[in-house]
Amino acid sequence: MKQFQYTRALTQQSAIEAIAKPGTKIIAGGTNLIDLMKRGVTAPDKLVDINHLPLKNITATKTGLHIGALALNSVVSENSLVLQKQPLLSMALKAGASPQLRNMATVGGNMMQRTRCSYFYDTTMPCNKRAPGTGCGAMEGINRMHAIFGTSDQCIAVNPSDMSVGLAALDAVAIIAGKKGERRIPFTEFHRLPGDHPELDNHLAAGEMIVGVEIPDNNFAKNSYYLKVRDRQSYAFALVSVAAALEISNGTIKNARLAMGGVAHKPWRLFDAEKALIGKPATEDSFKQAAQIAMQGAKGYQYNSFKLKLAPATITEALKHAAGLA
Amino acid sequence: MTKGMSRIDGRLKVTGAARYSAEFTPAGMVYGVLVGSTITKGSIRLIDTKAAERAPGVLKVITWLNSPKIAGYQVEHGKPEPAKGTYKLFYNNKILFNGQPIAVVVADSFERALFAASLVKAQYNADPHHTNLRDNAAKAFAPEGDGTTKRGTEDAWKTAPVKLEQEYIIPSEVHSPMELHAIIAKWDAEDKLTVWTKTQGVQDTRDGIAGIFKLPKENIQVNSKFVGGAFGSALQVWPHEVAAILAAKAVKRPVKLLLGRADMFTSVGYRPYTWQKIGIGATADGKLVGITHEAIGQTSTYEDFNEGPIGVSRSTYACPNVNTIYKLAALDIGSPTWMRGPGEATGAFALESALDELSYELKIDPIELRMKNYASTDPESGKPFSSKFLDEAYKLGAEGINWKDRNAKPASVTKDGWMVGYGMGGGMFGAYRDKAAAKAILMADGTLIIQTAVSDIGPGTGTAMVTIAAGVMGIPADKIRFDMGDSSLPLAPSQGGSATTATVGSAVYQACTDLKEKFQKLIGNGGTDHPDYAAILKQHSLPKLEVTVESSGGTERDKYAFYSWSVHFIKVLVHPATGVVKVDRAVCVADSGSIVSPKTARSQIVGGAIGGIGMALMEETVIDHRYGNIVNNNFADYHVPVNADIPQIEALFVNKPDPHINPMGAKGMGEIALIGMAAAVANAVYNATGKRVRELPITPDKLVGMDLELS
Repeated sequence: MKQFQYTRALTQQSAIEAIAKPGTKIIAGGTNLIDLMKRGVTAPDKLVDINHLPLKNITATKTGLHIGALALNSVVSENSLVLQKQPLLSMALKAGASPQLRNMATVGGNMMQRTRCSYFYDTTMPCNKRAPGTGCGAMEGINRMHAIFGTSDQCIAVNPSDMSVGLAALDAVAIIAGKKGERRIPFTEFHRLPGDHPELDNHLAAGEMIVGVEIPDNNFAKNSYYLKVRDRQSYAFALVSVAAALEISNGTIKNARLAMGGVAHKPWRLFDAEKALIGKPATEDSFKQAAQIAMQGAKGYQYNSFKLKLAPATITEALKHAAGLA
Repeated sequence: MTKGMSRIDGRLKVTGAARYSAEFTPAGMVYGVLVGSTITKGSIRLIDTKAAERAPGVLKVITWLNSPKIAGYQVEHGKPEPAKGTYKLFYNNKILFNGQPIAVVVADSFERALFAASLVKAQYNADPHHTNLRDNAAKAFAPEGDGTTKRGTEDAWKTAPVKLEQEYIIPSEVHSPMELHAIIAKWDAEDKLTVWTKTQGVQDTRDGIAGIFKLPKENIQVNSKFVGGAFGSALQVWPHEVAAILAAKAVKRPVKLLLGRADMFTSVGYRPYTWQKIGIGATADGKLVGITHEAIGQTSTYEDFNEGPIGVSRSTYACPNVNTIYKLAALDIGSPTWMRGPGEATGAFALESALDELSYELKIDPIELRMKNYASTDPESGKPFSSKFLDEAYKLGAEGINWKDRNAKPASVTKDGWMVGYGMGGGMFGAYRDKAAAKAILMADGTLIIQTAVSDIGPGTGTAMVTIAAGVMGIPADKIRFDMGDSSLPLAPSQGGSATTATVGSAVYQACTDLKEKFQKLIGNGGTDHPDYAAILKQHSLPKLEVTVESSGGTERDKYAFYSWSVHFIKVLVHPATGVVKVDRAVCVADSGSIVSPKTARSQIVGGAIGGIGMALMEETVIDHRYGNIVNNNFADYHVPVNADIPQIEALFVNKPDPHINPMGAKGMGEIALIGMAAAVANAVYNATGKRVRELPITPDKLVGMDLELS
């Protein structure tokens, strides 16, 4: 590992000033960054530890729920406001990683975690995300875990987060601070698709940091579910995961939110399927139709074509659970 | 709660007081880190170590160019290099597998050695490589040892009224012990060496090192008091151990060398990928007519590893006609090695799956089919079994799992949206008894010390030995000290092949029996069964009394066929939409003679069962054959079961002594705990879904691809 400097930011302002310098990275829980540094995937000159900044609070606002960027995944998942207002987020968090990791990982860090594509981690392999222009090892390689939506000829990696799938479904807003102050962007527009720049995971500009997320109040608490299909029951990334939230009135769907994980370079919100659900009866047939709509444009590769079947099945199952039908 | 003694080292282990091989710090110790090849086959054209040598704290970088000659590697003058043999570290510039060590960097701290290792740059001449068994099966060859055999008529199964032929595949698996392999090598003199290393046998490691470095055995001291799991991965002297010993000599300081988790996939062996085909036929009422069992396993290009997976088909069932074919495909991957249930675990997946398939063809209950073909004598040797109570094990297991709840029609039961299925699969493994010695010393304070050079890789050997000693001597366990894991102690074989309790336990039993007799002689006739040993010593002004005995099996091994048996019963839930398999219940029954140490026996069954569930559902080493490297060489991507995957495992024992194996009547248990489990799970999945997965692991993608639905 390359030698690096470590400093502790005492104020948000000083953190923002510090990260303006190239080669500087923020460290919070470090659950992903340290691995990346050990493997030589990233080699920052300087780490700025932000763990002492006052960004841990979870508070109800007039319009929603504010969660500080440094709130721990474990704390958020057990928080009474979260459980009451946004149980889907709690479910998504608990589906991720392991209890030990959730005790270290922060909300902001979770948003920043990088793909788990093995070609990205192995520095002897080609990878356009790690080393632009070297090619994609996964495209013709072992791509069982890889994307079926929104891929480019540069990269077929997936975003590994469960939390982000929940936040994308819940219309969350990411609050970002930089030298010029704060800006807010829809969570669904925080992460990027790979396109011609797979080295970029998100739209965070140089010198910016995540300070929190906000989730607007909604009527989904009663009918939401996070279903993660994986090779083992804990500490495994999603083959496919689905965050499903419904507002049901007299058996009819008034409103719906759906997002998928394990299928794209970003949390994959299913806007068309949501629209198709509105006004429909909350039945398995409606859910299956929505799942079919959700799959439009999906493309499988050698080892991940099973996701073309698994993804719609998982959407249907998640909706059934959300609607209380399973 | 199971009765019996708790682990004698349990407290040391959970408090961190148990010191493993990496946890010693001899004065002046420095650190070695290996650099692995990034190509899979070819040769090193250039290796640049200058940057590494200049890096802070670096003492030495050893490559094939400057490696001291290793005496045991040298070929006698004028003789040709042997075509096959153990891998020779830094011997020449040839690359035989991805990850092969090409350099060892020694520095004054682990971090500095690790950093300097990243600066070693090699250029290669790469040759085309072959890492895919299926593409190289045509080139497979018959190895020495077990392979092509015939009993009765070849391919007789084809003449049977009910028959089937199917292919079964198990992928390569890695041992994945929690404790990483590590060694500390310290030269005490020019020709005297002490090592602390992870090994299943301190004396075999001593002898291995003696052979490689041409040292007298008595000049080598090997210590390995605690081992955090090994599963077969520590039964030989590996290249990283040679590297540390070599490096320690070169820098004239003790060297510690630890493998990282990724190294564990390339440096200490694995269970070989194996393709199998079984043809099996029976009469309409279920009497087996013939079995043909064919297998092709992977080996390296430099060594033939023969684990004989076809043996199970010869001795498990009473079948008049059995023929086997076993071949090896040499691939550009490091050599495989023994892994828990070696050979039989692979073979039993195929045989026990095939038997299950046959049971559905015949419409006969799988247990009934096995009972119809129950072997009361070893069908292969014709010898009687030393003991076999597998029929009782079937009964115990069937009751335990509520086998009567199984619906013989597949895909016919659901509960809460999950498909429900039951399956069973059996295991067998030779019950060995090797030669071992033990010393028993009764001290003036009444303490009993037992010494033998055995290792304990986790099953609780010390606990079992103390239980045996306590039983013979009538001394409470807390007054007994058990010394082990030290090559200077009395003879003991490596812990492997499920033979330790039967072998070393016999020596301990004998030593204690002889010691007690010595005391009986001192006090003359009429003494009590458990005399006050300390008082007798005092009375006779003796500081201590000791006995050393060597013990081994005798002619009984010519008269009987010795096997341990197991059967696993599994209830699974399979989700029809997502293909997720959950093991809902597991009942495992062992017929392994008398149970010496009930608590550790139970945990051994539980551990083996979990290993078997991992084999069935998730374990798989994945290679990108374009490059020949392993892509999932870490614990996030190589899946072993976590607690959430495992139900309460019910371990049951027939617990009847084997009258012939040894004084305790105890047979081995480590291997049979795993053997047959993968088939039991696959068979339960079939019962639940009507879909047969013949290539492990049974991951959701495979079942989703089969379109599960209720029949």
